[in-house]
Amino acid sequence: MEKLLLSGNEAVALGAFEAGVKVGTGYPGTPSTEILENLTRYPGVYTEWSVNEKVALEVAIGAALSGVRSLVTMKHVGLNVAADPLFTASYIGVKAGLVIVSADDPDMHSSQNEQDNRNYAAAAKVPMLEPSDSQEVKDFTRLAFDLSERYDTPVLLRSTTRISHSKSVVIPGKAYRGREAVGNFQRNIQKYVMIPSYARMRHVEVERRMERVTQDADELDINRVELRDRVLGFVTAGVCYTYVREAFPEASVLKLGMVYPLPEKVIGEFFQKVEKVYVVEELDPFLEFRIKAMGLTVEGKRYFPITGELSPDRIRRPLGAVQSQGRMMSDFPLPPRPPQLCPGCPHRTVFQTLSKLGHTVTGDIGCYTLGALPPFTSIDTCVDMGASITIAQGIEIATGIEIATGVEIATGIEIAEGVKKPIAVLGDSTFTHAGLPGLLNAAYNGRNSLIIVLDNGTTAMTGMQPNPLSGERINGQPAVSLDYVKLGEAVGIERENVRIVDAYKPKEIEKAITELIAQNTLSLLVVQGLCVILRRRRQRKEKANSEKIGI
Amino acid sequence: MKKSVYNILMVGVGGQGIILASDILTRAAMYAGYDAKKSEIHGMSQRGGSVFSHIRFGEKVHSPMISEGEADILFSLEEMETLRWLRYANAASLVISLLTRINPAGVEVYPEGVREELRRKCTRLMFIDPERLRGEIENSKFFNVALLGVLSCNVDIHAESWKRAIVEEVPEGSVEGNWRAFLAGKKY
Repeated sequence: MEKLLLSGNEAVALGAFEAGVKVGTGYPGTPSTEILENLTRYPGVYTEWSVNEKVALEVAIGAALSGVRSLVTMKHVGLNVAADPLFTASYIGVKAGLVIVSADDPDMHSSQNEQDNRNYAAAAKVPMLEPSDSQEVKDFTRLAFDLSERYDTPVLLRSTTRISHSKSVVIPGKAYRGREAVGNFQRNIQKYVMIPSYARMRHVEVERRMERVTQDADELDINRVELRDRVLGFVTAGVCYTYVREAFPEASVLKLGMVYPLPEKVIGEFFQKVEKVYVVEELDPFLEFRIKAMGLTVEGKRYFPITGELSPDRIRRPLGAVQSQGRMMSDFPLPPRPPQLCPGCPHRTVFQTLSKLGHTVTGDIGCYTLGALPPFTSIDTCVDMGASITIAQGIEIATGIEIATGVEIATGIEIAEGVKKPIAVLGDSTFTHAGLPGLLNAAYNGRNSLIIVLDNGTTAMTGMQPNPLSGERINGQPAVSLDYVKLGEAVGIERENVRIVDAYKPKEIEKAITELIAQNTLSLLVVQGLCVILRRRRQRKEKANSEKIGI
Repeated sequence: MKKSVYNILMVGVGGQGIILASDILTRAAMYAGYDAKKSEIHGMSQRGGSVFSHIRFGEKVHSPMISEGEADILFSLEEMETLRWLRYANAASLVISLLTRINPAGVEVYPEGVREELRRKCTRLMFIDPERLRGEIENSKFFNVALLGVLSCNVDIHAESWKRAIVEEVPEGSVEGNWRAFLAGKKY
């Protein structure tokens, strides 16, 4: 039997391929990125990096309604962006399977928060599966497509960093056949057009559907009872299942493959057979609250932390169990080794300059968020994708002349002069993801901010994915590249206030920033310099190519 | 193998090639007939930060992560990082440390006494002199595979499985060079 060693993300791609997926969309985000990068390599599958997660989900909804199985991938915070279509996709259902992967990041290895996206399944009323290793990731992905069609609903597949970025053994299955290669959209106005009168009917259908899924969940074999010790038992799912097995190998376990909705009969029976039951889950007490609502006695967050990741130790210790081996300790003082902007990174010069100029700088999501750390310490905010541009606007309004004039008129109190204008800094991919509406808002509402786009030619933080500014698609095909000057012109920024400078010319950068910030108008500065990692990669490729053809 | 699951924690600094090295090791374990898992972090923490890869293999592996104190081998590509991750080892663990020093950004002087502290703490300690090992191989591109050769003397995975894993993981055309480097490491 062929055995593969696959990461969770590679296993999603394989599972989707085996399930006959035809369309894969998404936006890069750790720890989800490699799913689509791998899916691209399979034959007969259309993939795209969409502009953002909302767009990705909508493209996939269109494809699924046209009768082809579709996969959407994103990190947990991406689902916030895609939440708008998600809630209504739940009403209209699907024609062919629609599976949305949410890769959560407990412990925030590479994220701005550690939200628990199981809550989205409950809020949007869609089923959610949660696998425990790569084999299950592959199998559950296939199953998710079947369930999506069986219950006429999008299905969420939840992964976490330890599932997505762990490798384990996978036995591949046979690719599913029999799906139409080309889709066919058929009009169904009462189902697909969510005006209030039709949406009211659909909501009733959604509730009926979830009742049906709840009943069938008791028969679903991915919800599995492992009876061992009748005194101690655990209800758990996802990677936590592996931690429980490691920490308490003799305990009974109810392993939930579907974390929403819950198999109530199976849970009730487990509690009858096992004396003391704990719920082990990372982040929110999602299962715990629901089990308690069933009237059962269970403990969870009283023992296991609500923040960060769990581990076998973090399950063992609160229950008073000790490890077999004593760990080695050293109190030798070591300097920390935090992540850094790479040596030679084109963004460094901008942050050095900003550090010197001392303006309030609103930052964004990407490698350049590291500009907040020493030696630069030159970013003042980082909230979500695109927020640099818009938070700067709020700061400008609240601290600027318009409010000040109003306050002076109302109170007669004079406001101090010399408030420095905020500067927004964001990367190229972030700019196209969510920066454009913010730019338009600034223009429309008459802001005077300076927006700096750090254009390194790629989506670097997540490992070099092309975007609508890099002139390339996911499969390397050429694409349009957004024109900064025409864009500036289109929103009414004067030509001389749209500047493009070389990232490696510190004097020009400083000159441009000082001149633009002095203007009493909206301006856009683009600092261009190819990501050093990408540059090295391309050089190596060119070298290899020239060696091949014998230059 | 005495234990049911064997744990190797590989640590170092972003950019040292830990992910590829641990991929080869985990794959070799799988080819040798074990259940195998590995876990690591991609993304922000990789940018010049401290990096790690947990590798576990045996009859049946549950957790992809090694618990503190349970590494059979702590395999480190940087001196200071060996000490930083020492809590994953126990008194019986084998600690293998490459004598490479990489200053964290903003740190001018490498801390004194790291090796001495390691000698004090570890009962089973092996240092690898990078210059000596580099001298044994034809191309420094194959260095990490040579390190796996050193490691291979301490794990129960036969040569054919290592070879197959190397063939699968390294670029075509560099298989022979890498394999010779592996054998050189084995003899180190």
